[in-house]
Amino acid sequence: MAEKREPVLVVLQLSGGNDYLNTVIPYANSLYWENRPAVSIPEDQIIPIDQALGFHPSMEALKPFYDAGDVAVMHGVGYANSPRSHFRSMDIWHTCEPDTVGTEGWLGRALRDIDPNKENVVTGVSFGPSMYRAMALPGVPVACVSGDLETYGMLPGIEGQRRQKVLERFKNAYAPAIGLGAVMDYMGQTGLDSMSGADILKEAPQRYQSSVTYPDSKVARKLRGVAQVHTADLGTRIFYLDHGSFDTHASQTGEHAKLWREVSEGVGAFFTDLREHAAADNVVMLIFTEFGRRVHDNGSGTDHGAGGVAFAIGGAVQGGMYGEYPSLKAEALTQGDLMPNQDFRGVYTTLLEDWLELDAPSIVGGTFESPAFIAKA
Amino acid sequence: MVDNHDIGLMAHLMRRAGFGAPREELERRAAKGYEATVQELIHPENSEPADEYALLRYQPAALLPGGMPPMGNVNWMFHMVNTQRPLEEKMALFWHHVFATGNSKVDNYDQLLAQIGMFRQRGMGNYRDLLVASAKDPAMIYWLDNNENHKDAVNENWGRELLELFSMGQGNYTEKDVREASRAFTGWTFSVKIPRLPYGRFPWAFEYVAEDHDDGEKEFLGHTGNFNGEDIIDIVVQQPACGRFVARHLYNFFVADEPQVPSWKITPSRDEAAVDALATTFQESGYDMQAVLTTLFTSDFFKEACFTKVKSPAELVVGTLRLVGGAEIPRPDYGREIALQPTYMGQDLLNPPSVEGWHTGKEWINSGSLMSRINFVADMVGSTDLPGVRDMIRRIRAKGSLDPEAFVNSCLDLMGPLQVGTDTRQELLEQAREGGRLAWDSADETEASVARVGEMLQLIVAMREYQFN
Repeated sequence: MAEKREPVLVVLQLSGGNDYLNTVIPYANSLYWENRPAVSIPEDQIIPIDQALGFHPSMEALKPFYDAGDVAVMHGVGYANSPRSHFRSMDIWHTCEPDTVGTEGWLGRALRDIDPNKENVVTGVSFGPSMYRAMALPGVPVACVSGDLETYGMLPGIEGQRRQKVLERFKNAYAPAIGLGAVMDYMGQTGLDSMSGADILKEAPQRYQSSVTYPDSKVARKLRGVAQVHTADLGTRIFYLDHGSFDTHASQTGEHAKLWREVSEGVGAFFTDLREHAAADNVVMLIFTEFGRRVHDNGSGTDHGAGGVAFAIGGAVQGGMYGEYPSLKAEALTQGDLMPNQDFRGVYTTLLEDWLELDAPSIVGGTFESPAFIAKA
Repeated sequence: MVDNHDIGLMAHLMRRAGFGAPREELERRAAKGYEATVQELIHPENSEPADEYALLRYQPAALLPGGMPPMGNVNWMFHMVNTQRPLEEKMALFWHHVFATGNSKVDNYDQLLAQIGMFRQRGMGNYRDLLVASAKDPAMIYWLDNNENHKDAVNENWGRELLELFSMGQGNYTEKDVREASRAFTGWTFSVKIPRLPYGRFPWAFEYVAEDHDDGEKEFLGHTGNFNGEDIIDIVVQQPACGRFVARHLYNFFVADEPQVPSWKITPSRDEAAVDALATTFQESGYDMQAVLTTLFTSDFFKEACFTKVKSPAELVVGTLRLVGGAEIPRPDYGREIALQPTYMGQDLLNPPSVEGWHTGKEWINSGSLMSRINFVADMVGSTDLPGVRDMIRRIRAKGSLDPEAFVNSCLDLMGPLQVGTDTRQELLEQAREGGRLAWDSADETEASVARVGEMLQLIVAMREYQFN
């Protein structure tokens, strides 16, 4: 392909707090076994990465990507004074505002910078029942696909040709988007953006064909939706989706294994699909979670922790390990949790500057040490 | 004689002081009169509460849902849809907006629902008593760390929010006042009889630990004494700033959208006179919320405020469900299909984003939430077998054959009465004209007309006007 295609970022949020220790497992460290009498992975099932660390057995489908140098593992990601609250922590990841309650999402700001004149209402697409705060910025349109792409749109309950007529009237009624007062005007524009986003996106499944079979899971269905929109060349630059719940306070072993199998197999199918469409090279995926979990297990699960692990996956990624695994020694823990040693805003900075080619400090609120996991072209 | 103006005003009152009402109820109430209805609303004790046994029968897990959604949401949604005490329930929602306490930290829907129950019980009583009850509410204590507020290690979280978010607002106290108020609340904690694991959650109860209370002298807002928490609240409610703060919250929730709370310190209200009137009643009545609400609902500024507020997701969902009917029984899919709808639209009940509560008004709307709002409501009113929709169809049919204009007017009337702009009306008329006169003479005509009414209602709720309360 002669023309350089625009870089695309896919963000996969593992909601609920993914257990770092059982994802990238420090199996050679005796403290891992001491702290996890009930919730550890048997050593013979761990997929070794090197002499010290191994992947969870459910991550088998991702291992070939790691071996090919397409997966960056970011250790000890987090921020100071982790509140251990799902919402608050997710909010901090979404807004980059650790001290105050922010309303602007970091990707909302990125979308504004990518498309300042709002020329494309599907520059940002999210898959989930409601808007993620990471994507939210007043006035920045984001297409939110709740459910299947095939039935996505305004008034899906009205059928066939009648729907076209009704939507036409909707458009006309929303069109005089000025002069009715600030709130009516804003709602008019938002309604039109929302509807044209749906109009554009619903083309995607029709254009899409693939020999790749995705596994039957929620996250795989969303990833297939991302692949459909991406391969339709609609100009989408940022995709957002989530999977969970990783909040494994109890009965962790089976649930965590199932979740990671769904993620790994889904992500594996996704990149295989993109490669089949020669559409993989301009995609980088970030996988993150709001926090890791408590070092010592609670007998059947693990409680909310602090430092966690994030992954970047894609052909443009310089694979390998970034940062240090935080110490498991009792004196190095913060209230029983791994001490974050890599600021998440540094990870964002790399994605924004080296991948999306945007000004990172204005988006993440400052300058942070950024791991160089994007291969320079 | 009930005329259309009375119905419109009654519909406005019921949308704001409740979650809307079907036409039959509006007619019944309008016949009784506006003032009489206001009295009925502020005296919920004369109507039956929602039947918790129905909840127990269909969704037993919703009575004590523990920490997991959506059962907490199911519980409250059931109450909002079924209540015969609309203002009591609306006040519970109002206080939840103000005393925003969230499951993200509390991780205990049982205690959050207990807090909502406390708002039901006290929400129209004396504000001083409500503040004391909130200070003793275990979910609140945990949410704002007052269980970590000790004699020898003061935690200011509750003390600060009491002054900043629950009573006076920024700019009306000093940092020293925050410190002294916090000292007065040391020893106000809660106890749990049995630890949570491995058996689950057990009820939390307020506990006053005298030996952990700082009994020393405090200086607070110009008063000096060995204050305890209740003394602080007594001083707070006397402050003119407190009346104005509560008044502005009421104005923002019941009358018209104000800027978000953090900017109140610098941005005046859009109607200072209205806020003054409410604050005056607040002070003169000795903080009696019934008196304040009477002033509010009988004022001209309230009566003139039709369709000026963006509906909150809870108002949109519950209002629509009460209009169309059929959601009274919490059937198995209730959580996903009904109770989590406000969550999908950006208002996760019992789990506000922070102690500041939700950003309201225009901020409810984004390209994702607007589509969720329109699609949910359109699905509901387009279901022509739902009892409330059937009733609307019956009423339209009773008018006989209708020309397009009368067809549109009848639908708008039954959906509010809803007022729409010229452009909106134009599109609705176009839609009506396409099918010609609405007729009911044969089975085929009737079937077609039912479908046309359903479609017209869907188009109406897709219009911007329906997003306003």
